[in-house]
Amino acid sequence: MGATHLPATEFDGTGMDDQREAEAEARLGGPAEPMVQLLAPDGTLGTDPVFSEYAQRLDPDKLRGFYADMAKIRRFDVEATALQRQGQLALWVPLTGQEAAQIGSGRASQPQDYIFPTYREHGVALTRNVDLAELLRQFRGISNGGWNPKDTNFHLYTLVLAAQTPHAVGYAMGIQRDQKLAAAAAQADGTAGRPSEPKAAVVVYFGDGASSEGDVHESMVFASSYNAPVVFFCQNNHWAISVPSSVQTRIPLSNRAKGYGFPGIRVDGNDVIAVHAVTEWALERAREGRGPVLIEAFTYRVGAHTTADDPTKYRESAEEGLWRAKDPLDRLEKYLRAAGLADDAFFDQVKADGDELAAYVRKTTHDLETPDIRTAFANTYVEAHPLVAEELAWFEEYSAGFADEAEPADAETGAAH
Amino acid sequence: MTTMTIAKAINEGLRATLGSNHRSLLMGEDIGALGGVYRVTDGLLAEFGADRVVDTPLAESGIIGTAIGLALRGYLPVCEIQFDGFVFPGFNQITTQLAKMHSRSNGNLTVPVVIRIPYGGGIGSIEHHSESPEALFAHTAGLRIITPSNPHDAYWMIQQAVDCQDPVIVFEPKRRYWLKGEVDTESPGMSEDPFKAHVLREGTDATVVVYGPLVPVALAAANAAAEDGHSVEVIDLRSISPIDFDTVTASVNKTGRLIVAHEAPTFGGIGGEIAARISERAFHSLEAPVIRVGGFHMPYPVAKVEEDYLPDIDRILEALERALSY
Repeated sequence: MGATHLPATEFDGTGMDDQREAEAEARLGGPAEPMVQLLAPDGTLGTDPVFSEYAQRLDPDKLRGFYADMAKIRRFDVEATALQRQGQLALWVPLTGQEAAQIGSGRASQPQDYIFPTYREHGVALTRNVDLAELLRQFRGISNGGWNPKDTNFHLYTLVLAAQTPHAVGYAMGIQRDQKLAAAAAQADGTAGRPSEPKAAVVVYFGDGASSEGDVHESMVFASSYNAPVVFFCQNNHWAISVPSSVQTRIPLSNRAKGYGFPGIRVDGNDVIAVHAVTEWALERAREGRGPVLIEAFTYRVGAHTTADDPTKYRESAEEGLWRAKDPLDRLEKYLRAAGLADDAFFDQVKADGDELAAYVRKTTHDLETPDIRTAFANTYVEAHPLVAEELAWFEEYSAGFADEAEPADAETGAAH
Repeated sequence: MTTMTIAKAINEGLRATLGSNHRSLLMGEDIGALGGVYRVTDGLLAEFGADRVVDTPLAESGIIGTAIGLALRGYLPVCEIQFDGFVFPGFNQITTQLAKMHSRSNGNLTVPVVIRIPYGGGIGSIEHHSESPEALFAHTAGLRIITPSNPHDAYWMIQQAVDCQDPVIVFEPKRRYWLKGEVDTESPGMSEDPFKAHVLREGTDATVVVYGPLVPVALAAANAAAEDGHSVEVIDLRSISPIDFDTVTASVNKTGRLIVAHEAPTFGGIGGEIAARISERAFHSLEAPVIRVGGFHMPYPVAKVEEDYLPDIDRILEALERALSY
């Protein structure tokens, strides 16, 4: 595997054996680096000098909501995987294990913020009120998007790794400009100081694998140069398909932010309370004009990369087992029960809601209509285009020829359309 | 009417755009204080400020990628890529993201980004400074590609590119930046549609289709041919994507012969596309095969031999002779 192919480092005096050992330890046991954690795997709530304050803002309803969201999206994940296995989806990208990273960060955003996901952010989509059946359109092969980002400020999934990261920075630069223009306009018309539009920021998601892409580097350079209100949210789920994160980086990913001149922070990605606190802090900071932050959510992709992947070929089941012990849902359930914030009735209701969602998704997926290729002709360009018009005209004529032929054949067999 | 160079005309066109649309902005490396390595953005920073004329980090993917984000937020970015051969670090953003955003969003999103690329050879420069990669982009649906060949078009086409809701790449013929000509800044006249070809010279014996830097070469070749008694029609394509096949077809129906010339290598190039389409559209009018004149299948050669690489008057006349021999 990738880790064993790593060269020994020449600059830190770490021998090959030590290096392997450290990598194995990092994957199996967790990071030696400092990491923000509030909710421990045993369900006890700890403290943090900075982020406890943010955790204290969470009332019981919000905490129960976190659990309900995480359970719902996990149930959705199971359903989508089943739909793929039954041939209803071309591919599925499971998120199990990453629910806390996604729900915690997604729930920290405000409606005016804009989110650029990669392709696994189903939990974030849930928090942005994207219809999860619409989210499946891309995986069913009937759309390359599926929802209108303008409705929810949740951008389309991007399959080219990290390509969305400069988009996020550019969008954040646009927010910055809008605020400047609005301030200038208010100054000009004498309304300065009155309540204005709420300040916004951008969150962009990417993985540990994508962190190796040049676009991440360029994005961080731009974000830093222009002090853009953007939060880089890296879900380090430890595996870029079959290649471990140790091949992507020799230092904690959060440390990379230092090189760009903005804060980087590693958070326990399976701790929904800590993820929420850290993201809320970073977003508030960005909205106030204090620039970008890199958050590394230290988590684990428990399942396969996609339904086309087979993790048994590249990692030990013991590793998965260790991470299952850090399950984000289990630890919040333990906390909610111990604190008397939720009982069996609540968890039963959550389960029932999940099943209802799964049934909705199953039914809706079957009903999703295959689009007419004419929509692709219509959407290639915004403005009229002679080549598209010419090819569409040819297609219409060609198709019409088949329609003429089809009728007698059907008449013979008595087939109905 | 005022007389100016192509470089100045683009500068004035950008000035007009920045002045009339407060959501437009320029982005690129060295475009601010320096005014661009070709001085195309000269003076614009002083006039419009650093928020509108943005000196960016040296990162082509970052320039185009952030421009996409700005466009998604409602801005109209005009990116400058310093040289043709340096667009490739941004190729991914242009072809996988910029070109497809409208389509993949089912028409919900638009990204009206303009990318200016100085292109072509003939300036005696070093590696990666003289390339003609237009066919690589023309093959990608979702992009529009235009190339002015004279100052009047240069002034209007850059403004029309910014007004277009689709992403537009403007290939600027760098060896013609200093070509002077008259510009009517009051009206685009027949240049109203940037995607329409112009018949620059009428003729009856053969049609020569060219664009960008080769336009003056083709006109000179047509003049030389006239001295030998051949009447050659010259078409400035102006738009490489879409291509105005109607204008070319009408011309070939009249002349019966077609030569397509460009600096880019002939293999897999725009000339091949035109030859194939015109063979389909005007087969019965053709008196000879469509002949392509272009660069060779090699990386752009070193400057000291680029004259042997670049199509010139003689290469076009040789093609004309072949076409007329049928």
